[in-house]
Amino acid sequence: LAPVPASATLSAAAQAAVDRVRNNRTPQEGRIVLRAPPIAENGNTVPITISVESPMTAADHVTRIHVFADKNPTPDVATFHLTPACGRAQVDTRIRLSQTQDVIVLAEMSDGSLYMTRAEVKVTIGGCGG
Amino acid sequence: MAAPIGQPRVRLPAQIRAGEVIEIRTLVSHVMETGQRRDQSGAVIPRDIIRRFEAKFEGQTVFAMDLAPAISANPYIAFQFKAERPGRFEFTWTNDAGESRSVTQELKLA
Repeated sequence: LAPVPASATLSAAAQAAVDRVRNNRTPQEGRIVLRAPPIAENGNTVPITISVESPMTAADHVTRIHVFADKNPTPDVATFHLTPACGRAQVDTRIRLSQTQDVIVLAEMSDGSLYMTRAEVKVTIGGCGG
Repeated sequence: MAAPIGQPRVRLPAQIRAGEVIEIRTLVSHVMETGQRRDQSGAVIPRDIIRRFEAKFEGQTVFAMDLAPAISANPYIAFQFKAERPGRFEFTWTNDAGESRSVTQELKLA
């Protein structure tokens, strides 16, 4: 998915969630690839794959990947905890999206640096059970 | 009573060579009740989800995931693992009530 410019505003809840992860760090662009269907037919189960460029060595690896949804009832989606034993920073799961919205991904590195991306996923039939 | 955690399924590739990075795919049956739905009388159906997945190899946690209600029912989680030596995996899913279900799997090298 093509990333959305970082300057576009997020919902208050999503921004607060991002700020908690950021902890005053400025996120950099790049390194994260978020894959999702361009149009999700069923918002109840949207498959996503997140890959982060990293050698995944003891000295240089992804420690956490955070996923948020901008317009869901609550923004939290998942936090993945990785170790060098993973060998590659790539995770797959299926998520619920209540409507067309931005999915936000932050990746924290072992050196304390932070990367962020966000991309819009279109949803034809929303799913959060409501 | 908390919703049941179904028998989890884990898939590792058939042939694994030392040093290879493999994909491990997991699936578990669970309703992942979000806490957003209402029943016929209008009462909120309480949240009841699997909130944590953990993968340990030879006793050490190598990968974990914190799940929110936004993870779809029947959580599918796939991650990567660098196979350096044979050993035992233990995968554990834990729900909001603190109940958990684990499966173990041997990693053998070709």
